[in-house]
Amino acid sequence: MNYVILAVVAIAVLAPILTIVVAAFSPASASAAREGAFHPGNFAVAWEEGRFGQYMGTSVLVAVIVVTLSVALSLLSGYAFGTMTFRGSQTLFYLFLIGIMVPSEAIVVPLFFDLRSLGLTDTVWAVALPQVAQSIAFGTYWMRAYFRGVNRSIIEAARLDGASPKRILWSILIPMGRPAITTMVVLMFMWTWNEFLIPLVMSPTGEFRTAPLGLALFQGQYTQGTALLAAGAVLVALPVVIVYVFLQRYFIRGMLDGAVKE
Amino acid sequence: MAGAVRRTSTAGNRWTPYLFILPAFLVYGAVVLYPLARSVHLSLFDWDGLTLATFVGADNYVAILGDDRLIAAFGHAFVFIFFYAVLPVSIGLVMATLLTRSRVRGLSVFRTIIFLPQVIAMVVVAVAWRQVYAPDGVLNTALRTVGLDSLTRAWLGDYAFSLPAVGIIGTWVSTGLVTVLLMAGMARIPVEQFESARLDGAGPIREFFSIIVPAVRAETTVALTLTVVASLKTFDLIYVTTGGGPGSSTTVPSYEVYRRAFELGQVGSAAAVGVTLTVIIFLISLVINRASDRATS
Repeated sequence: MNYVILAVVAIAVLAPILTIVVAAFSPASASAAREGAFHPGNFAVAWEEGRFGQYMGTSVLVAVIVVTLSVALSLLSGYAFGTMTFRGSQTLFYLFLIGIMVPSEAIVVPLFFDLRSLGLTDTVWAVALPQVAQSIAFGTYWMRAYFRGVNRSIIEAARLDGASPKRILWSILIPMGRPAITTMVVLMFMWTWNEFLIPLVMSPTGEFRTAPLGLALFQGQYTQGTALLAAGAVLVALPVVIVYVFLQRYFIRGMLDGAVKE
Repeated sequence: MAGAVRRTSTAGNRWTPYLFILPAFLVYGAVVLYPLARSVHLSLFDWDGLTLATFVGADNYVAILGDDRLIAAFGHAFVFIFFYAVLPVSIGLVMATLLTRSRVRGLSVFRTIIFLPQVIAMVVVAVAWRQVYAPDGVLNTALRTVGLDSLTRAWLGDYAFSLPAVGIIGTWVSTGLVTVLLMAGMARIPVEQFESARLDGAGPIREFFSIIVPAVRAETTVALTLTVVASLKTFDLIYVTTGGGPGSSTTVPSYEVYRRAFELGQVGSAAAVGVTLTVIIFLISLVINRASDRATS
């Protein structure tokens, strides 16, 4: 009985995914259909002519900028919130928490018009910086929780040995916190890679079009090319799915523990 | 002497914490907090994004109440709460209970599969489901195969069915996350609780309502908060599947923000919708968490 439920639910989850994967290998045209039923060449066509190679390149660039900056800044701020006592820490921390809840819709409108008057739209920074800020809100919350959980005596011992706060962070706490940091990195990577609204608005000419945006555009332009559209969809989803397959416990733990409970 | 110098550098001075926070706060303040305040400011103006803006006070907010399309958008967002949050939590509670209370093999593989929709870009999810709902798609083909030809239709182009059709996609995305969350909570219930309930003659139904549901209240709260917020923020899904149509039958507040600001040139109105949406998100999460706190204490 239980296995029946497991099987039914697993099929229900996998069916739409399999539909798109099967479509991605199907013939793209009537003439292609005469050459057989299996067409891995669709991916090459989508990559070149569908320009998914270019979109994926932009996505990689944006993801590298967002993840690197967000991780670095979150480590610093989370370290201060988690291990130091100072005036206003509570208030400042709540300000950061707001950012986890604020929807992109609430900031994207003034952000676009202000950046436009500064001549900064259609730059990689217009696409990346809003996402850096959103990731920092989560990262600060997440790293603060980790630093608070660290045994105080380790920090005290290092301090008595004469290590500076910077050194304690860099050579003791960061190496120790590798699991928490990995979780943060995979979540930030996933959010950035999958983000849609911010790149859509911030690059109106499409010069910095990320992969999900390219896919949405492709979907709108070609009503006939189901096979190529499906191949593009698989390409867009693949990087995160691959990371998920190898690091899934970090994804699941992050999504479960990362929900704000305070 | 050297010792004294070292002492000051190890303790750091009282500005040290602020220096550590400063870089993060500068970026966050400039790109989230400041635009948030600017959104509130913009929402008080009538502005097309190009010419001079005129101050109109609360008019944009008042106009929301008189605009059928916006009322519909907020209504749809609440319908999506059912599909994104209520339905997945109900399914998740039952499914997690069955899986936790009986020893089944292959649970970790199952967990990996049902969590998968969470990591796939919403645009890809939307493209996949468009294939499912297409006139000659998987769903209609399946219906024809079992002889239910009369039920086939263009699901996403149908005035009555497009909203639930998009909602079901939300259910598909949320259910795995909710189930995995609840399973983690149920795994922490001490076995003795079930044993003593069984000695009292409690059947599986009573066990479910008197032990399991109360024990996972914290996880249920988190699940509801996450999924309700996700339902209110739905944008990519609508943008790719229906564009709010047919008519306005699937439009949502976040899609209206985009449409008004960047397609219709009603920037002030767009900002007002965005601010309203943000307030609703904060209020609903507050209510969910308050209700849970009260029930626990």
